[in-house]
Amino acid sequence: MSHENKIDHKLHEVTAGEVRFSDETLVRVQAIIARYPVGKQKSALLPILHIAQEELGGHLSADVMNYVASILKIQPIEVYEVATFYTQYYLDKVGKYVVEVCRTGPCAMCGGEDIADYLERKLAIKTDETTPDGLFTIRRVECLGACGYAPVMQINTEFHEFLTKEKIDKIINDLRAKAHEDKPKDAKWVEKFF
Amino acid sequence: MGRKILLDKIHIPDIQTFKVYKDNGGYASVEKALKKMTSAEVIEEVKKSGLRGRGGAGFPTGMKWSFLDTKSSNPRYLVCNADESEPGTFKDRYLIDNIPHLLIEGLIVSSYALGANTTFIYVRGEFKQQIGILNRAIREAHENGFLGKNILGTSYSLDIHVQAGGGAYICGEETALLESLEGKRGNPRLKPPFPAVKGLYGCPTVVNNVETLAAVVPIINLGGDEYAKIGIGRSTGTKLISACGHINKPGVYEIEMGITVEEFLNSEEYCGGVRNNKNIKALIPGGSSVPILPAHLITTTAANTPRLMSYESLSEGGFATGSMLGSGGFIVFDEDACIVRNTWNFSRFYHHESCGQCSPCREGTGWLEKILHRIEHGTGKLSDIDLLDSVAKKIEGNTICPLGDAAAWPVSSAIRHFRHEFEFHVQNADIVKDIKHGSLSKYLKKNFSLNSIY
Repeated sequence: MSHENKIDHKLHEVTAGEVRFSDETLVRVQAIIARYPVGKQKSALLPILHIAQEELGGHLSADVMNYVASILKIQPIEVYEVATFYTQYYLDKVGKYVVEVCRTGPCAMCGGEDIADYLERKLAIKTDETTPDGLFTIRRVECLGACGYAPVMQINTEFHEFLTKEKIDKIINDLRAKAHEDKPKDAKWVEKFF
Repeated sequence: MGRKILLDKIHIPDIQTFKVYKDNGGYASVEKALKKMTSAEVIEEVKKSGLRGRGGAGFPTGMKWSFLDTKSSNPRYLVCNADESEPGTFKDRYLIDNIPHLLIEGLIVSSYALGANTTFIYVRGEFKQQIGILNRAIREAHENGFLGKNILGTSYSLDIHVQAGGGAYICGEETALLESLEGKRGNPRLKPPFPAVKGLYGCPTVVNNVETLAAVVPIINLGGDEYAKIGIGRSTGTKLISACGHINKPGVYEIEMGITVEEFLNSEEYCGGVRNNKNIKALIPGGSSVPILPAHLITTTAANTPRLMSYESLSEGGFATGSMLGSGGFIVFDEDACIVRNTWNFSRFYHHESCGQCSPCREGTGWLEKILHRIEHGTGKLSDIDLLDSVAKKIEGNTICPLGDAAAWPVSSAIRHFRHEFEFHVQNADIVKDIKHGSLSKYLKKNFSLNSIY
């Protein structure tokens, strides 16, 4: 089967509302689609949703999901059902830094829940809330696959391990200090998709 | 020192790069397989090696490969399962971080054996760093003629693509993984047909774990017979064990199958014993889904023989007094750990991760979580304990995929071995309801720990 999969419409002409990928991103999107056999471009959905979330506002709005549907020539509902199934796709606005603390077994045994509680106090928000300055969102997530380094949390692309209150203080302070110079969210890993 | 054949080179600086890996004997199995062996001969070596799936099920890999529908005119696929999400398991992440080319090498040889020209590595979406590491390794292998068209001048061509998941434990189940790879929700498929006949895009497909595919490299280098001499009985070769919980040296260790649990747990080479000089209370030897073992069944079996780190020995005694090797997620609980709280935690995990397709799992995992929540928080009844057991038994075996079993087994085994702790929680509601996280024994009167209630 050919892997020269090309979608026959012109991707740069596709828009949904005001939403549109940059030309540079469209080249990457086309490269992802080309991995799969002809007619199986829906396979590109999960990777492209990751890219859409990074590039088009940090979460998946209805417009963004409709746009991805038009790019892949699938029905919007096919995108909605996937976006709502997987935990890494955010359907609501989130902070620049999404702090995801592991709460499963081995981390919980080693103080993971205390870490999450401490973060809530430090940032003065509850889990699933975002700080008023739009910087931090706290989430409690299931196993991050780093149990030997418990307690663990992930902030965007980075894992932070063997957490203590002192470490949390430093991590949060460092992020606050450099927040204004960072691009919105860390988009580096999307490049690495290729 | 035990023999290492997967992680033996990880201490070489820059072994993550193609050049250093190749200079240290890397990619020899590709040269050997593609230039000197037929694909059938590669499969034969894997069969002879006795290699069993390292993702948890322990199914013989050579046999799984031989089920592949070779009569079909459709293309064949190999899919590498790197959706490592089983609580307690972090070995594949470690392998990718430290020696990514070993996986790529194993994938090339395995794809050649199976006649696949396109191979996907499905990595859980959280492992963004690992996705980057693999993409770099693939690019390097491409640039050096080990991937792409006519590898090493032979007629064999192969492309490997990394696919990111979206955060769902269920996608580690092979048919859910294939659904996800097709851009859908991760709902496991009814079997049969098995993926070997109808897998990715309805084509013959083999799905193997990262460690399984990496193990193909030493099998081809040493020969299947030589590999089979490592280990014990039907547990051949080495296994990566990811050790965590209350131990002195959590981490990933490569062991020769058949060393004693006692040695693995207490020797300085491995876990280094229980943290803070405490006693061990329980062990989950193979990831959160397998039954928990109480202290007296950890280093010896019920028949009073030493318990070994092997598929057979860890499951000796069945579920009554044994457990499973599973994925090798070795979780140690010290004497202060609260079994009820941990069981509740795992039940919440399975409830969260149930795909919702089958009623016994979708509803049952929620009930388990709810009942355990009230026992843990001091509002449970004694009859709840039998109710839990009954709900667990009604999930087990009644679902499309093994997530139902995985949710039920930890609960049944915790009640089987630690019923006194559940009863303690019910009978001492005033104590447990005020305790927030973790250790219970420090709140109890002196000389009155959970271990000595009865």
